[in-house]
Amino acid sequence: MTNFWIHPALIMFVGAALLPVVPERLRKGFMLLVPMLAFARVMSLDHGVYGEVPFAKWTLIFGRVDKLSQIFGYIMTLMAIIGTLYGLHVKRVGEHVAAWIYVGGSLGAIYAGDFLTLFVFWELMALSSVFLIWFRGRKESLSAGYRYLLVHMTGGVALLAGIMVHYHATHSMAFVALDVTHANLATYLIATGFILNAAVPPLHAWLPDAYGEATFNGSVFMCAFTTKTAVYALIRGVPGLEILVPLGVIMALYGVVYAVLENDCRRLLAYHIISQVGYMVAGVGLGTELAINGACAHAFAHILYKGLLFMGCGSVLHMTGESKFTELGGLYKKMPWTFVFTLIGGLSISAFPLFSGFVSKSMIISAGFADHKFWVGFLLLLASAGTFLHTGLKVPYFIWFGKNNCKPKTWAKAADPGWNMIAAMAIASALCIFIGCYTPYLYRMLPYNVPYHPYNLPHISETLQILLFTALGFFLLLKKLRPEAVISLDIDWFYRKGGDVFLWIARKPVQAFDAFVGELYRLVGLKGLMGSARSVGEFDNAVIDGAVDGFAGSFRRLGASLRKAQRGALQENLMVAFAIAALLLVVLIFVF
Amino acid sequence: MNIVRLIDFLRDRLKTVVRVCYVLLALLVAADFVRWAIAPTPHGASEAAAEHATGAWAALYRFSETAPAFWSVFGFVACALIIILSKWFGHRGIMTREDYYND
Repeated sequence: MTNFWIHPALIMFVGAALLPVVPERLRKGFMLLVPMLAFARVMSLDHGVYGEVPFAKWTLIFGRVDKLSQIFGYIMTLMAIIGTLYGLHVKRVGEHVAAWIYVGGSLGAIYAGDFLTLFVFWELMALSSVFLIWFRGRKESLSAGYRYLLVHMTGGVALLAGIMVHYHATHSMAFVALDVTHANLATYLIATGFILNAAVPPLHAWLPDAYGEATFNGSVFMCAFTTKTAVYALIRGVPGLEILVPLGVIMALYGVVYAVLENDCRRLLAYHIISQVGYMVAGVGLGTELAINGACAHAFAHILYKGLLFMGCGSVLHMTGESKFTELGGLYKKMPWTFVFTLIGGLSISAFPLFSGFVSKSMIISAGFADHKFWVGFLLLLASAGTFLHTGLKVPYFIWFGKNNCKPKTWAKAADPGWNMIAAMAIASALCIFIGCYTPYLYRMLPYNVPYHPYNLPHISETLQILLFTALGFFLLLKKLRPEAVISLDIDWFYRKGGDVFLWIARKPVQAFDAFVGELYRLVGLKGLMGSARSVGEFDNAVIDGAVDGFAGSFRRLGASLRKAQRGALQENLMVAFAIAALLLVVLIFVF
Repeated sequence: MNIVRLIDFLRDRLKTVVRVCYVLLALLVAADFVRWAIAPTPHGASEAAAEHATGAWAALYRFSETAPAFWSVFGFVACALIIILSKWFGHRGIMTREDYYND
């Protein structure tokens, strides 16, 4: 490279590579320094195109810096600081390494100027974030991680196929807005890859499955990066794609319905990610300047308040070991500060005036009304009543008030978490309120210059009426909302149970056929034939089966020993292998 | 802990707190009626454009722009609908025992 240009992602990757060798007494300082450096680097970027690297017959573009990539780069690195601070006391270095590579992957995708670069970083995000699930160490985490990986690899294949078809048709790898008025196979394949990561139903079930199972601080990272990088990719690649409007509205309502049924607070929050990302997806589909601004603003605000909510519920999980409403309740005496911060997150996501959601969500709804898609506006407002109902009311009420379902052990362990977790939540809370009160901070960063003023009397009155009368409904219908110790079946049923159904169908007819043949054999009674068959059978038993069984047996033994390795060391080995591969790739590209 | 003391203070006077909340709701609705009495017609760019839009949703939009306390009713009905319909949906076999996936 002729002019040396430091990619913010590179700072995260180098930091991740160095972290294991940093002496323990310097580690906490180093951990805070690296994401801050990345944040400072994002702040210092000038608009333009940097890091162009010829590769085969294409040019890879690592650094396209404009208003759109900057607002996402800004919030991602800011969240990396908060998330790292929150998990500062976690001893296992691998978790931080995985989280940082994940952040780097997201930054790489955001600043990518061509589809190939985008794709590489896109996959890196899935490969690194899966460790944040596996490090939880439960039996369920292992399988949840594999499901997560499998689903994302499928999405990756769709994206790659779309990129190939697109290249074949246009001979261009540039990651720019596709022609959505003449959407073709390539557009839909690429959009499928994007909307899978944005968790648009029916491609959404991976999200609650994974985020409910990840480590307490892993979920804080995951809730920010995957879906919002996908929102960025949608804004960049397919703004104005009509189908995204109904999909986004369905998403917003779908998450709300499942949140009613959910008993696990982190899975409830996960369903509300789907709901909130629905607003952004609908905004991208509307495609007007106001709607795109709204999608960006809402992604920005969402990362902070959803991170805050996951930090609050993560604190409860971290301190008590419980995340189910049926095992919690009445904790305000034990965890008052966690309650206050979670409530601020809840008021922000519900778009209360003076909190961040108020200045961002309404932009998308206004864009819907202004575009004369009135049904979009009304249904999104319906979903926002549901948002307050759950995140603003149900989560705080059933954890910190309500019936005390805590076991004596849970109650004894419950307390506000350590200073770093409190500090991270305090910073996120302060930002949520700051964004809500001082709108130019966020609005100045938006890609289009469209005047928008959320603070006017009709809008405030409308919002307060919806929210406060939702609260009235909540308290009147409280009995109906009592948590139940159940899980809810979602689309993931098809790949978690569908295999069993397939096996059953396959087995039954095969068995029936086998029995039929056996019966025929007996009825026809070909005794003579059976005599000669017996000698053949003996040969078969002694020689062939012996060889086959022996072979199979040794395979099984190998498999078992591998499985043992897998439960313990293999994940960490894989982690190291991925880290080294990623580092080599980065060094190769940036330094040559 | 100040926060705990504050919460306990409010919990000890729960009846008063609830009464204050009802008064606030009533004031909110009353304020919207005042708005309607003073300026019953909407104003603004998107509202003016919406006057010519047709269809049931557009009609609902125009109604929402003028009718007093529309959003209070909307919020309450939305909340009740979401709870009742979701629970109904959940009890049609979507909600199941916690160890469902473990066998």
